[in-house]
Amino acid sequence: MNARLLNLVGLGLVGAVGVAFLVLVPRLFELDVVLELTVYMIMAILALSLALIWGYGGILCFGQSAFFGLGAYTYAIAMFNIGESTVPLLLAVIVPAAFAALLGYFMFYGRISDVYLGVITLTVTLILFNSINSTAGPEFHIGSARLGGFNGIPGIPPLNLPGNKAAPIDLEGMFYLATSALLATYFGLRLLLASRFGRIIVGIRENERRAELLGYDPRAYKLATFTIGGALAGFAGCLFANWGNFVSPTIFGLAQSAQIIIWVIVGGRGTLIGPIVGCIGIQWLTTALGANQPSGGSDLWAKIFANAPLIFGIILIAFVLLVPKGLVPTLGDIGQSLLVSRGKGAKRLQPKRAEEG
Amino acid sequence: MDLVALLAIQVLYAIASLALISVGLAIIFGMMRVINLAHGEFLMLGGYAAIVATSHGISIWIAMLVVAPIVVGLIGVIVERTIIRFLYGRMIDTMLATWGLSLFLVGLTTAIFGNTTVGISAPLGSFQIGAYRTSVYTLFVIAVAAVVLAVIFAVMRWTRLGLIARGTMQNANMAAALGVNPPRVYAVTFGVGAALSGLAGAVLAPVSGVFPTIGVAYVAKSFITVIGGGAAILSGTVSASALFGTINQIATFVTTPVFGEVALLAAAIILIRLLPQGITGRFFRRGL
Repeated sequence: MNARLLNLVGLGLVGAVGVAFLVLVPRLFELDVVLELTVYMIMAILALSLALIWGYGGILCFGQSAFFGLGAYTYAIAMFNIGESTVPLLLAVIVPAAFAALLGYFMFYGRISDVYLGVITLTVTLILFNSINSTAGPEFHIGSARLGGFNGIPGIPPLNLPGNKAAPIDLEGMFYLATSALLATYFGLRLLLASRFGRIIVGIRENERRAELLGYDPRAYKLATFTIGGALAGFAGCLFANWGNFVSPTIFGLAQSAQIIIWVIVGGRGTLIGPIVGCIGIQWLTTALGANQPSGGSDLWAKIFANAPLIFGIILIAFVLLVPKGLVPTLGDIGQSLLVSRGKGAKRLQPKRAEEG
Repeated sequence: MDLVALLAIQVLYAIASLALISVGLAIIFGMMRVINLAHGEFLMLGGYAAIVATSHGISIWIAMLVVAPIVVGLIGVIVERTIIRFLYGRMIDTMLATWGLSLFLVGLTTAIFGNTTVGISAPLGSFQIGAYRTSVYTLFVIAVAAVVLAVIFAVMRWTRLGLIARGTMQNANMAAALGVNPPRVYAVTFGVGAALSGLAGAVLAPVSGVFPTIGVAYVAKSFITVIGGGAAILSGTVSASALFGTINQIATFVTTPVFGEVALLAAAIILIRLLPQGITGRFFRRGL
């Protein structure tokens, strides 16, 4: 099988699984499971936003949760002021994208190195967290929406059908929306990465100097990638605010940022399906650990297993040290080496498979 | 007039605490080019070490100035041997692994000590400036910072250990060719950096209390101080602490403590944009 065919088979498989999931889940499972799966889908969109800018763009952003939170807050605030969800939804994409563009302009055109970039994005996230956290008083409001500080904003109205205020989307509708949004994002990003633009950003990731000498402006391409990632994260944030009808500043927190990074690391940088798998797997693990939490037990082991940061920490260290490429690429490598060894060296000189995923 | 004196002490205190929490990180980053995102947790462990030691009847001074640095220094050496040494030269991976370590330590301390703030009361009482009272402990923190910086300067400038450290920092291969064992230097450096963080965490524990997630409050501030300072460990830390501490304290005085921190972080981002090499990349270039 050549790489191109393999690629098409993979795409078809993802599409088929996705559509089957979309159609079957609400028919087979109770509402609580559907609700749980909805948030997995939303977080998977967030994972894809980092997969694009880190895995393909080579920009390590420690503050992806800043855009996520900004999207959620923008939607909430706009919704209380407008009451009809079309404009708030658009704003929840535009505001984080604009913020990403501003921050990106600052960083990329300042030619700040990778490592400082990580620290700056982290710092910006903390600034947002600190500022929003301290806005609990009634004097902090935008229009008729109170910011609520550390209490968050409760009771956010749900999305409605475009233009029709009287037709809010119900819980099952949210599942359909989130799942189809995830599928659309996945295939949209595949298209983007297969385009000229996608090839160039991967080229810049591989060797920025060379790309620049060939006449591409890495600053502009990185800025565009970063902005798209910000917009996607904001969109996920909007869906998240809808899902729980609630946002609070912890959405900007370091724990949230760390999770996004872990999803991508575990699933694999440089793939799109990997971060989705990583995201769903880790979230499932979190839920499972939380569900087994013993009530009032003082056993140290029980406490340790119910302790999400501890488990996340171990996972992150283990993956960086032992499986640095992530699950999906590593499994892919194993599969490929099995195929090659069966062909007895005849295919030894195959070109490296383009990174698709 | 009294108000000015009080504000001056506050500013000095802000500078001293920034320098204290950053200097351990500055040594690790400056010497080894390792970004240690678990730095905040080292400070947190220092605080816990001091509190646990005090509650076992050890004098608070010994607990803060001796026990905490030794405990955290040992933890630092263990971390270097088990995690960091596999990742030299892979800056991004070190960042991620130490972030994992940070989560792990937060989780572990939460499991052991619970998610509550524990504190020790600050010794030494308070003194009067005109109409205002302020605590003597503030002056103690300033003094500790000054002594720590002076000792680091002396060790780096006048001892053989300092010479080896500076040599390895400038050119590890050359140092190795001259008979130095860089892995050992790195392990010692990491331990010393961790010990200094433990000391800082313990000294600040009576002021802020200690809880498992306190590292978050420290880590961003110490990072931007180190990065804002640039390549030179001492002059960088001191100059960046002076700049950011002043901005922080004045903004706090004018608005609220939260916006003081926001002003500090915002100032740091602007500084990095203007001077990507940090303050010592442009000024005090020959500093230590």
